[in-house]
Amino acid sequence: MSKKIRSNPLGIELNRRTFLKGAAAGLAATVVRPAAAGAFNWDSFLQKHFREMNDAEIKKVIGRLEKEAAVEWKKNIHIGTAKAMPGVKFGYGLDLSRCIGCRRCVYACVDENNQSRTPQVHWITVLRFKKGEKWIDLENSEKYYSPKQVPEKDFFYMPVQCQQCENPPCVKACPTQATWKEPDGIVVIDYNWCIGCRYCMAACPYGARRFNWAKPNIPADEINPETHYLGNRPRYKGVVEKCTFCIQRTRAGKYPACVEVCPVGARKFGNLLDPKSEIRYLIENKRVFRLKEDMNTNPKFYYFFATNITQAD
Amino acid sequence: MNRGNAFIFTLAITGLFFILPLLSGADMKGKTKEEQKDGIPKFFIPKAPASENFPCSKCHNYKPADKSKRKLVLYHTDIVFKHAGEQQWCYDCHDGDKLRLQNGQLVGFEKSYYLCGQCHGTVFRDWKAGIHGKRTGMWNGEKLYRLCVSCHDPHQPRFKPLEPKQRPMKPQEIKLDRG
Repeated sequence: MSKKIRSNPLGIELNRRTFLKGAAAGLAATVVRPAAAGAFNWDSFLQKHFREMNDAEIKKVIGRLEKEAAVEWKKNIHIGTAKAMPGVKFGYGLDLSRCIGCRRCVYACVDENNQSRTPQVHWITVLRFKKGEKWIDLENSEKYYSPKQVPEKDFFYMPVQCQQCENPPCVKACPTQATWKEPDGIVVIDYNWCIGCRYCMAACPYGARRFNWAKPNIPADEINPETHYLGNRPRYKGVVEKCTFCIQRTRAGKYPACVEVCPVGARKFGNLLDPKSEIRYLIENKRVFRLKEDMNTNPKFYYFFATNITQAD
Repeated sequence: MNRGNAFIFTLAITGLFFILPLLSGADMKGKTKEEQKDGIPKFFIPKAPASENFPCSKCHNYKPADKSKRKLVLYHTDIVFKHAGEQQWCYDCHDGDKLRLQNGQLVGFEKSYYLCGQCHGTVFRDWKAGIHGKRTGMWNGEKLYRLCVSCHDPHQPRFKPLEPKQRPMKPQEIKLDRG
């Protein structure tokens, strides 16, 4: 390499070695700030992607997160990392001929999954449609309905939540791979990798994703301490969240909270790969449709009609 | 391990092989062969709601039964009957302390699904398959079923309207805590 030093507008003679030394010193000065940012944590900054960590690394991260959560929420919170069971793909069924729009599912979900109370975050939106109109006219549906009693005459109701697509557009949109589809079909979010750009929210055709505009506000005695890393652990400000089919419950063999609370038994859940499961029975024997099937998202959320009447008839 | 211990150990292991099949068979107890073939679910919660009037024979043994269809004025006045219009009458389903099927067979209150299933065959089929009715328990294990009468009042089976939970906040109602 030539030893000739390039001229520059300031007339400073700078050889390569001096420049590199200076640059290194400058970088070091910007990085090593004397404990200025209190919340900053090297372990957190250097945390690997969840799917690239081995069990030991995951255990270490969970240990740190549980400690942080205990300080943040003044309560011992268990963060599970149960993996997908082999041979399982979760599917969901919702009986539109039974749903009465009572919103019990919405609030059971809030309690189970540690959603923020104010500002309000709901993973389930119950839409009300007028009967006899254009079928599934989403633009003219009503989510703020509040009559004295439900069901109302001439209306029917359709709860919408994450449809757990097999071909999820949100996953494709994420620039940091903070959201992905697990082997059991649940689309999950790593709240430590989400940068809050909300591209996924724009990509989701179902409006299923929610953004934490502020730090979630949950009364201490209402925090559910049984959580999952990819599910209901308390979220941070500036991350996106959504329904995970209650990953902390379903990977332990339980039904999602919304299934268990439904007073009319409209919600069904099971393993799509098990030919004897309830979900397979209803897909094979009932009138079934999936929301916005033309989008080629291939949802695993099946709306069905067990009878030909609706509850307000 | 000396000889005596080894013998006891072997005995215990052999014993297990005999006891285990008995234990696993235990939860099928109480179900007839016919019921297993019918696909009647195994696990129930809660039990059939007990009526304060049960057993019926408390009173009905001492009074000769007037089986004619009429408006009841002395007893059971709290039962409002809204099921299949005007066609039904107490003795269509009740018989002594049991329930009577159309073929004359008597079934206990804990098997009332056979009675309901006579008319509501499609719902009975769905219920057995697990897609009618509220489901709790384990999706891959013990599923908990309810009897028809756990959710539906047999005398007026349609659900009563409910008060819905609070509607979601409208965007203009959201107030950020800037403290």
